[in-house]
Amino acid sequence: MIREMICVSCPIGCALRVELDDGGKVLSVSGNTCKRGEKYAIDECTNPVRMLTSTIRVNGGSLPVMPVKTSKPIPKGKMFDCMKAINNEVVDAPIKMGDVLISNVCDTGADIVATNEM
Amino acid sequence: MQKYDLVVIGGGPAGMAAALKAKECGVKKIIILERAATLGGILEQCIHAGFGLHYFGEELTGPEYAHRFIEQVEQTDIEVKVDTMVLEIRNGNIVVATNAVDGMLELHATAIILAMGCRERPRGALDIPGSRASGIMTAGTAQKYVNIDGYMPGKKIVILGSGDIGLIMARRMTLEGAKVEMVCELMPFSGGLQRNIVQCLEDMGIPLKLSCTVIQTHGIERLEGVTIANVDENRRPIPGTEQYVECDTLLLSVGLIPENELTRMAGIIIDPVTNGAVVDENRQTSRPGIFACGNVLQVHDLVDYVTAESQIAGEGAAAYIRNKPKGRNRYVSVKGRDGVRYVVPQNINENTDKDVKLYFRVADVFRNARIIVESDGKVLYNKKKPKLAPGEMEYVVIKADDIRALEKKELVVRLEVQQ
Amino acid sequence: MQYDVAVIGAGVCGAMITREMSKLDLKVILLEKCNDVAMGTSKANSAIVHAGFDAEPGTLKAKLNVQGASLMAYYCNKLHVPYKNIGSLVVAYSWDDMKTLDELFERGFANGVPNMDIISQERLREMEPYISEEAVGALWAPTAGIVSPYELTIACVENAVLNGARVRRNSGVFDIEYKDGLFSLSTASGVVKAKYVINCAGVFADQIAKMIGDTSFRIIPRKGEYYLLDKSEQKMVSHVLFHCPSKMGKGILVTPTVHGNVLMGPTAIDLDFDSKLDLDTTIEGLNIVKEDVKTVIPALSTRNCITSFAGLRAHIDSEHADFLIAPSKANEHFINVAGIESPGLTAAPAIARYVANIFKEIAPQYPRKEQFRTDRPAPIHVNELTDEERRTLVEKDKRYGRIICRCEGVTEGEIIDAIKAPCGARDVDGVKRRTRAGMGRCQGGFCGSKVVEILARELGEDMNQITKFGNESRILYNRTK
Repeated sequence: MIREMICVSCPIGCALRVELDDGGKVLSVSGNTCKRGEKYAIDECTNPVRMLTSTIRVNGGSLPVMPVKTSKPIPKGKMFDCMKAINNEVVDAPIKMGDVLISNVCDTGADIVATNEM
Repeated sequence: MQKYDLVVIGGGPAGMAAALKAKECGVKKIIILERAATLGGILEQCIHAGFGLHYFGEELTGPEYAHRFIEQVEQTDIEVKVDTMVLEIRNGNIVVATNAVDGMLELHATAIILAMGCRERPRGALDIPGSRASGIMTAGTAQKYVNIDGYMPGKKIVILGSGDIGLIMARRMTLEGAKVEMVCELMPFSGGLQRNIVQCLEDMGIPLKLSCTVIQTHGIERLEGVTIANVDENRRPIPGTEQYVECDTLLLSVGLIPENELTRMAGIIIDPVTNGAVVDENRQTSRPGIFACGNVLQVHDLVDYVTAESQIAGEGAAAYIRNKPKGRNRYVSVKGRDGVRYVVPQNINENTDKDVKLYFRVADVFRNARIIVESDGKVLYNKKKPKLAPGEMEYVVIKADDIRALEKKELVVRLEVQQ
Repeated sequence: MQYDVAVIGAGVCGAMITREMSKLDLKVILLEKCNDVAMGTSKANSAIVHAGFDAEPGTLKAKLNVQGASLMAYYCNKLHVPYKNIGSLVVAYSWDDMKTLDELFERGFANGVPNMDIISQERLREMEPYISEEAVGALWAPTAGIVSPYELTIACVENAVLNGARVRRNSGVFDIEYKDGLFSLSTASGVVKAKYVINCAGVFADQIAKMIGDTSFRIIPRKGEYYLLDKSEQKMVSHVLFHCPSKMGKGILVTPTVHGNVLMGPTAIDLDFDSKLDLDTTIEGLNIVKEDVKTVIPALSTRNCITSFAGLRAHIDSEHADFLIAPSKANEHFINVAGIESPGLTAAPAIARYVANIFKEIAPQYPRKEQFRTDRPAPIHVNELTDEERRTLVEKDKRYGRIICRCEGVTEGEIIDAIKAPCGARDVDGVKRRTRAGMGRCQGGFCGSKVVEILARELGEDMNQITKFGNESRILYNRTK
């Protein structure tokens, strides 16, 4: 199977062509102009991950919601599950930047942490 | 009237970086005037990640990036007045402001740094015909509603313009349960970062329609839909390509305009291309002692570059306060040509003792074009770039020795495009 | 509740007439179908005080125009409404046009327009340095001017309320019954009973009249599209500039506004009778305006457009359409005030007096009140104050120091005043018309959400209940979490 994608490692945006076997294993990457392109292609095909940022509802804060993020990138396919988990939570002010608000969200190994103070 | 060495107008990333740098350079009495309730500027609502890769070497969210500077400001004796709106700069050195605590403020400043940022181009400037229904707003306004106020401005969304704020909001609204039907872009390419196109649109399954625009809005009270159409190479809608798209919200991400009302009132010369002040390599404007940096000077795509530019302004203001130079500066003028839309700074002191970074933007997408900097036929810089795009700010460094050695007091930055 | 008089429609005429009625010892109610007053023609028109040389001598339009123009300064002064007596110029581009100016002059003279003059090219250039090279002369009418039509309407309503009038918004009339000398008006907010009805329903006046069996006239909504330019174009035009009329009609005008913007328009497109809600701007219409204005002031930059909009004129479907202001033949206790198209805004103060006289004839039983307040408290606009006044004001109330709208310099205090005023703002556009918050070059990009927040707080509602202009024009949906 062939997958085409555009590399986002830098602004050049190389058009990558990835050859995969039936088990999803990467056989070859072409179209990249540097090593980072190859790594990007392999990561995107085998284990695509994303940082998730959102807001969480706060009790007793100066604003009704505050911003949060995952402490590390999570599997791309789990973003909406994690959104649900965040949306079901209400936290109490005061909160400091970096406070863990949900630990190991959806078994991703990542925590949901505050990215502001309130 | 209170006296300050330096008054910084705007407490976003630009104003904070400029003030901190000036402090570091020994300026004593500094005040930052910020119109919002907190320092941080627009970063407070930019809760997504992607800030700081250049400056801090790590990926931060907007509030985190801002917070690093807020903490530093708090550790200095820089005064801060929030909820404070500057109304006017009188005589080039008196800053008139208002707030709820002091009423009216008049601050005498030895130097002033303009760091007011920019605003989004509204619908009126676009001329989209149709109704005045609710549900049409800029992407940044929607961002504030969602991220700060905690409300959804709609459920079924069309986004016009593929600037980064529009792309970011496409993902954000989708994550919060809205259906983003499409992003329409007038140009044949997106002005947003490639990473945002992949992670905000492709990840979310949102189509990006290039060379496409909204030609009519429908709905009397709340928006009910828009008509979109493809456009030709002159950006005019092609008859027969019209398509009705049902939606309750139209978000606009069609460009940013530096907020130079105060600058104009102060009689400072504005560059018609950047819509920001004309500045020298220290970011000093045409009015001695008044400096400008950040999005009020030129619209940036990366906050890291805002920080770098603002530090230059902070340093420049500090030197001005220290030396109180008199007399006119003699400048080398810098111009963009052949695919280079503009260059900042527009002027360089002919006897500069520092290497100068020339920041510029190109007018179109170019592959394998050469960036050439020359003066009167003499080439100072010549390098090939695999890709240049209007959405990515570029820079080249020119040596101070080379600038001082120029015979003709003019530098040109241009592209040589392979056929 | 039973009233003596019900006025239908809170446009500038309805408002002025309600104010006149509030001088009398009677109970008057003003019924408006929208969430605010001044929501129809009165918010989207040329905002001009016409000198009065356009209308055919002998018509009501001619008479009430000239009277209205002379009353406008007094009204705006009393009611604290922005008005500037800048004068108008009808610009000629050929010697044929100059002949037409002579005709206009004669007509103006017959109508009683004072102090007109036909001026030379040289004088015209002095008065309008950016005028087209092609212009050869102009008709100068110093009594013309500019006014804020929605602020005039709001001010009249506020004044009427201070004098005891009632206002009910979101109360569109959908049926009228007449029994035992009493009208029963079925409205969206319940039945209102009144002895007399004054129909000021603008483009809907024919539909209201039909409810009492009066089918003597029909109103065609005639659409006009406009551009509003940024204040940076202010220097380009100093007077109301008209084209010399031709077979194409009075055409498109360019004028400063009382707030320092430049307004250009309108087009004139007749819509169907059933298109009375169609306020869409169109590519065609806006292009006509753009092209036309180039012939007057070629250097005017339409790139500095901050918004475009459309309004509907209430045009009576007849060849020589005059204002129709008379008791209905179907019921003489029902006064029609219909077909109030240009120069309706100018004429409004005179129309109100004219209606008051008609009313006195059909209802002589109501004496004047002993006390009538002719003015309203001046709204505070902080950016018009001196530094010292501003300082004193903020010391008294901090909220006048908190700027909400950056472009127009509007403070929280002013927005709260607008909401708390008699017949105060209930939606975002209402705040905008009263304070100018959101009317500047960013068009509410920054302040919109703050205005929603302040409205929600002051009205005791959730933010997602706040609308742009009532009904379904909500701005926010559900909470995110």
